[in-house]
Amino acid sequence: MSLQEEVDLLRRIPVFAKIEPSKLKLLAFTSERLTYAADEVVFKQGDPGDAAYIIIRGSADVIIETPKGPLIVTTLKDNDFVGEIAILCDVPRTATIQAKTELEALCISKDLFFRLVREFPEMAVEIMRVLASRLELTTSRLREAVSATLE
Amino acid sequence: MQPTIFSYILHYSKPQQLFLLVVILASYPFLYLSLDLPKLIINKAIGGEADGDVYVVALFGVDIPFHMDQIPFLLALSFIYLGLVLVNGGFKFYINVYKGQLGERLLRRLRYQLFGRILRFPLTHFRKVSQGELIPMITAEVEPLGGFIGTAFADPMFQGGQLVIILGFILIQDPILGAAAIAFYPLQMYVIPKLQRKVNALGKRRVMNVRRLSDQIGESVSGIVEVHAHDTSRLELARFTNRLGIIYRIRYEIYRRKFFIKFLNNFIDKLTPFFFFSIGGYLVIVGQVTVGALVAVLAAYKDLAGPWKEMLTWYQQKEDIRIKYDQVIEQFEPQGLYDEELISADPPDDEPLGGEIAISNLTLAEDDGTRHLDGVAINMPMRQHTAIVGDSNSGKSQAAMLLARLETATSGKISIDGRDIATLPEAVTGRRITYVGASAHVSAASVGDNLLYGLKHRPILEKDYQGDERKQFEAELGEAEVAGNSSYDFDADWVDYDAAGADSRDALQGRIMEVLEAVDFENDVYQMGLRGTIDPQQNPEFAEKILNARFALRDRLSDPEIAPLVELFDAERYNTNASVAENLLFGTPLDETFSLENIAEHPYVIEVLEKVGLTDKFLDIGKQVAQTMVELFADLPPGHEFFEQFSFISSEDLPEFQVILTKAARGDETMEEEDRQQIMSLPFKLTPARHRLGLIDDVIQQRILEARRVFAADMPDDLRAAVAFFDSDEYNAAATLQDNILFGKLAYGQAQSANAVGTLISEVVNSLDLHTTVVTVGLDFQAGIGGARLSTAQRQKLAVARALLKRPDLLIINEATATLDPASQSKVLENVLQASEERGVVWVLNRVQEAEKFHYVVVLKDGRIVEQGKYEELMKNGGAFRDLLEAA
Repeated sequence: MSLQEEVDLLRRIPVFAKIEPSKLKLLAFTSERLTYAADEVVFKQGDPGDAAYIIIRGSADVIIETPKGPLIVTTLKDNDFVGEIAILCDVPRTATIQAKTELEALCISKDLFFRLVREFPEMAVEIMRVLASRLELTTSRLREAVSATLE
Repeated sequence: MQPTIFSYILHYSKPQQLFLLVVILASYPFLYLSLDLPKLIINKAIGGEADGDVYVVALFGVDIPFHMDQIPFLLALSFIYLGLVLVNGGFKFYINVYKGQLGERLLRRLRYQLFGRILRFPLTHFRKVSQGELIPMITAEVEPLGGFIGTAFADPMFQGGQLVIILGFILIQDPILGAAAIAFYPLQMYVIPKLQRKVNALGKRRVMNVRRLSDQIGESVSGIVEVHAHDTSRLELARFTNRLGIIYRIRYEIYRRKFFIKFLNNFIDKLTPFFFFSIGGYLVIVGQVTVGALVAVLAAYKDLAGPWKEMLTWYQQKEDIRIKYDQVIEQFEPQGLYDEELISADPPDDEPLGGEIAISNLTLAEDDGTRHLDGVAINMPMRQHTAIVGDSNSGKSQAAMLLARLETATSGKISIDGRDIATLPEAVTGRRITYVGASAHVSAASVGDNLLYGLKHRPILEKDYQGDERKQFEAELGEAEVAGNSSYDFDADWVDYDAAGADSRDALQGRIMEVLEAVDFENDVYQMGLRGTIDPQQNPEFAEKILNARFALRDRLSDPEIAPLVELFDAERYNTNASVAENLLFGTPLDETFSLENIAEHPYVIEVLEKVGLTDKFLDIGKQVAQTMVELFADLPPGHEFFEQFSFISSEDLPEFQVILTKAARGDETMEEEDRQQIMSLPFKLTPARHRLGLIDDVIQQRILEARRVFAADMPDDLRAAVAFFDSDEYNAAATLQDNILFGKLAYGQAQSANAVGTLISEVVNSLDLHTTVVTVGLDFQAGIGGARLSTAQRQKLAVARALLKRPDLLIINEATATLDPASQSKVLENVLQASEERGVVWVLNRVQEAEKFHYVVVLKDGRIVEQGKYEELMKNGGAFRDLLEAA
């Protein structure tokens, strides 16, 4: 896939939709595109976080370690954005990402990520939106889980 | 050392100096003759003053008759003159060379002795004197001595002799005028040394200040990290300015005084003729002296001035040299200089050390009274594993240094097996005992040489010299002996195999592997080996095995699961993970001719591109690359890290490319040659798989393959030495072992491909039994200045390995593993103790917890032993040891 195709692909991802093409091109050019075999681990819970990933093709499980063993929280698919928490808050990875099928992902370094967020407030807003909806989802799940245990 | 330069010269070269004087004396008659002969030729031969038919020549009072005609006589005398010219020239040549040789040999001896003394300095002295001071003393400061040594006696003799002869001549002519000619000599001889003394004092100060200058440069260089970390370069520059200012002032003062002396000399010189003219003239007028006598004396005086001036110059030079010698020598006579015998003596016997370490009343105090150790006394078996623990002020480190005899105790005694270690020659303490400190020195040699350093005490096996080499070696050796230098051959095999417990080179290899593994350094050296190169001509077998590894890896890579990790080199296929330059070259550049920076500009490359019709295409691609780069990077601030990491064009060059592109966009067809070159160089750097610009499509790839073939086929012979072509069945001498095994490129975009391929290579290497050989190549890895190419932990591991290789009877480790991470510290400690099972180990621990692994524990506090015993006992006691353990 050439750079131009990657740029087109990035534009379909909501977070990047409003960024001008030349910046997306820079993003694509300076980001590494990585291929993972099925079952290969992208990053591990507890590792230091230095990059965020965008799933280009394939799917991956988000797994967290619980006292009862690993738990698959959700499954990522094309155009999903993952790993931004660790680089935003400077905390270790909060979950493990494992390729479910053969997986292609664009790896965006921390520096580049911050640069983009700073230069494009639209992108920051978009990320806020994604994070907020995730929080929403988590909260409602928690509510369900709590009421389930209460019963 | 001899107190003055003259006693030094006499002590080491009296016969040679005498011989030189004799030769000089022997040259005088010939010199005299060559001055006398022209007169004879003119008067007798040309003037024809014959006594009948015989020409008589008076030679030193003896009349020699020549029975010949005038013309043959003239020719005879002329040829004698020519002969004398040759003889005189010969004398001069011989004397000068002899003087030079004499001076150089003595200088060589002096430098050798000075360096020898540095090796005998007590270690504490190095806290007072810096490298920066020592280096110029041995290199620059003594240099002028070499020139002076040859002339030390010869010049005053020669000039003085001349002076006496001429003076005698004048005195015979006229005693009064003669006395007048030298009337001012006493004045000069009195005043000039007085003035000179001030210059000497300044000279001394100058030397001291230049030393401090070099000391300061040394300080700034070794503290360069701090200079930048604290932004103190202005301060450093100001300090340097200060120093330069002082030197300038001294220099200026020296010049003023020196040239004043010169002025005074010249004035006095001219004062004498003044008296000749005035008083001598008066005497002529009143008729007491003839005009002839006055003219003769004036001429003689002129002759006198030359040698006299030379004598004065020599005197000034002598003073200068005298000071230099004194100032250097005094720095090389510190208190507590080790006894020569102690350092150079051979071991008295082959007996291993053992028995008991007995320490009594051991005290180590600084000059100011601070006591690091205070009355320490202990008796313990040597062949046990002893841990010394304590806080950083406990004196534990000094105790280890004293035990290794690297410090000298203020009072008290350490004996091992009843022998006082202060009197043991270094041949015992440096072989039977080994010390490893917390920041061990690794020298600028290979890792292997550093490992073997501890085994090189004396040459063991003479190097086998043949023919001319042998002659050369013997000449060198003879010369070294004449100058009192070392008679050991540096190129001999110094490695003491016995000491390492090996009876051959191969066995030594085995031992090296053992110690590398023991200190957890083996894998590091293996990695260095993979990055190393070998000469397949010298190691054909090894190269062959590496090729086998390549084939084995290729087999493994046929597995479709892992195949995408590597793109192998294939003469018939374009490698998308390699740059265009690599694809075109299809080999490793051996020098700068086809390096990535130069390849685009090389006329042959340009020619090849032209041949396959790629030139326009490359220009086009170059423009597109430039266009993309400008588009991507133009609004990044200059110096942004992306330029370095990703851009083909540096931030400085970007505007230039913008201009080129704008010109091209205007349809300006004729590009300037320089711009064209800039653009043409861009496509060479493209790696399709990495850059994904989509510019190198299949068609271009095929063309580049065509260019690859043409490039190799039509290459002129003189360029063949510049590239080692890839050949799947040949070892590539210019490439690293890893690249030779891989014979391809790691694929971009494969997650963790580097790790996976590393494991793969390791498996292949192990399956072919190549691991040890790769480690051997790793031993050739150059450690860099002060071991700078190794990490601190690697340097320390190397130092411990070096100590283990020696199998010392007593191994003293002074927090040498403190820079390792805790896990490897424990591992190394256990391995070292295990490897030294029957031998003594004294380990100053930086982690008290490790004490459990030792037979005996000594606890130090404020320079005294506060507790000692077995670990279990100390644990029960609940004393100082428990406190330390709990604090840890």
